[in-house]
Amino acid sequence: MLKVSNVTKRFGGLVAVSSVDLEVNEKEIVSLIGPNGAGKTTLFAMVAGFLKADEGRVDFENASVLGMRPHQICQLGMVRTFQITQPFAGLTTLQNIMVGAYSNTSETDRARTKAEEVAEVVGMTSLLHQGADGLTVAGRKRLELARALATDPKLLLLDEVMAGLNPAEIDDIVTVIKGIRDRGVTIFLIEHVMKAVMNLSDRTYVLNDGKLIASGTPASVAENPQVIEAYLGHGAAEAMAEGA
Amino acid sequence: MTNFRSHLYFLLLGAIALIILPYFISSRFYIDVLTLIFFTAYLGQSWNILGGYAGQFSFGGVMFFGTGAYVSSILLTTFGFPPIFGIFLAIMGGALLGLIVGYMSFRSGLKGSYFALITLAFAELLRVLANSVEFTGGGVGLFLTYAPGLSNLQFETPVGFYYFSLVLMFISIAIVYWLESSRFGAQLVAIRENEDAAEALGINTLKCKIYAIMIMGAMGGAAGTFYAQKYLYLDPPIAYSIHLSVEMLLVTIVGGMGTIFGPLVGAFVLHTVNEVARHFIDTPGLSLIVYGLILIVIIGYLPNGLIGAFKKKEKKSGSTSLDKKTSRGDS
Repeated sequence: MLKVSNVTKRFGGLVAVSSVDLEVNEKEIVSLIGPNGAGKTTLFAMVAGFLKADEGRVDFENASVLGMRPHQICQLGMVRTFQITQPFAGLTTLQNIMVGAYSNTSETDRARTKAEEVAEVVGMTSLLHQGADGLTVAGRKRLELARALATDPKLLLLDEVMAGLNPAEIDDIVTVIKGIRDRGVTIFLIEHVMKAVMNLSDRTYVLNDGKLIASGTPASVAENPQVIEAYLGHGAAEAMAEGA
Repeated sequence: MTNFRSHLYFLLLGAIALIILPYFISSRFYIDVLTLIFFTAYLGQSWNILGGYAGQFSFGGVMFFGTGAYVSSILLTTFGFPPIFGIFLAIMGGALLGLIVGYMSFRSGLKGSYFALITLAFAELLRVLANSVEFTGGGVGLFLTYAPGLSNLQFETPVGFYYFSLVLMFISIAIVYWLESSRFGAQLVAIRENEDAAEALGINTLKCKIYAIMIMGAMGGAAGTFYAQKYLYLDPPIAYSIHLSVEMLLVTIVGGMGTIFGPLVGAFVLHTVNEVARHFIDTPGLSLIVYGLILIVIIGYLPNGLIGAFKKKEKKSGSTSLDKKTSRGDS
């Protein structure tokens, strides 16, 4: 469904993302993990059209989306959320979600109905008429998810929707994400919360210093020495193996 | 929405009151002041669509007004083209100018103060141009002949212009009313609140902003014809005066940006303050100081305008969140 081939992004002398290849298949939940600064969000930004890749190509449903603007990519059915939540602060939750819903209909009533449905899915029904800037962190994360979902995407790009949430809230949102996948939406997510990654993903890619260092099932990736070193530092894998 | 119905009755009542008002006012002065209020409210509303709803502040709103005024006036003076049709060409001229300015500035990603400055520059550029070319009458200006009649959009009594301005204002309110409940309006507001998020959610932000400035331009164009037919004289400093650019944003900010009645309320309050100050204060210039002080107080203490202050009171018990970020959004 989504195919990223040999994508590179440089910021001046810094190579933020270096020849990355990856693939997301239909109905999968694929996660992208890696230490801070690994280039995950940059990769997302390129996929969603917010940044232009210096090299490589991005295909969505077998057609290149490189050079398209984000709204065009959204109309194709691929939509992203933001790690740093970007609510329409002056609007209510309902109005926020309706903006997403409007991408498929020009009728206000239908957009409202759609927004209410989506709010139900993500568990925001009781917050519909609250101002978005009065929401808690968890609420804002949910709102990001809800707005994106309201555009009726085929592929959802979720950028750390669990960061800053407490364990109970994480459990909640994991359930929500599973529910969304069960409705037929493919999900590609960046996440730091390992419990959720393990629990949710069918496959995982690991990015470190802009390079892909491992991929596979979450369990296999977690045992990969290179991945352990990326997170815990050089020599950590050996130390752990000895310890075990 | 149960609110909507009562709202509509209220609106209708107000409209009827304004329609029959001239039958109760014999003073030419008051009719003229009201005409001016409606005219400013109309221009404010055009600024409001781009500034209040889409969040793109312009300092050169007058350029559409001036261009529209020149379009219909030149057509009239050179070809004898009747203004009742000329006004539509003025509207198209304003919209076209909006398209050009919008495309050039939004395409290159100008926002915030940069966009404001570029619109100011465009208005100044047009003023200089109008001054230096032949067909605008240059610095001498254009004189229109007084020949009352509907085809000339000229009237024998001030009441005629009162109704002309009232119709314009009603139309502007209808446009914004439509915005409030339409997808396009929601998209503009989304752009104002967060352009990246709007784009991510499938909104063609460039196109929406260009449409918004074209609507503003079209409205400004009609205002130009109105002005020219009322005052019968046009020259570059009038057509492209910075004063009018400021006035249209001022009435909107004072009344409340991004609200249906903000520009009308602002125009009413500012004109009233202005007239009252002029009437009661004899020392020359002092009335302007009083006017300025009141302006400072309103803008300083009511960042969301008079309507914003009113709304806040209305729902003090509910969430206070709606008012905070709207006007100060990161632009």
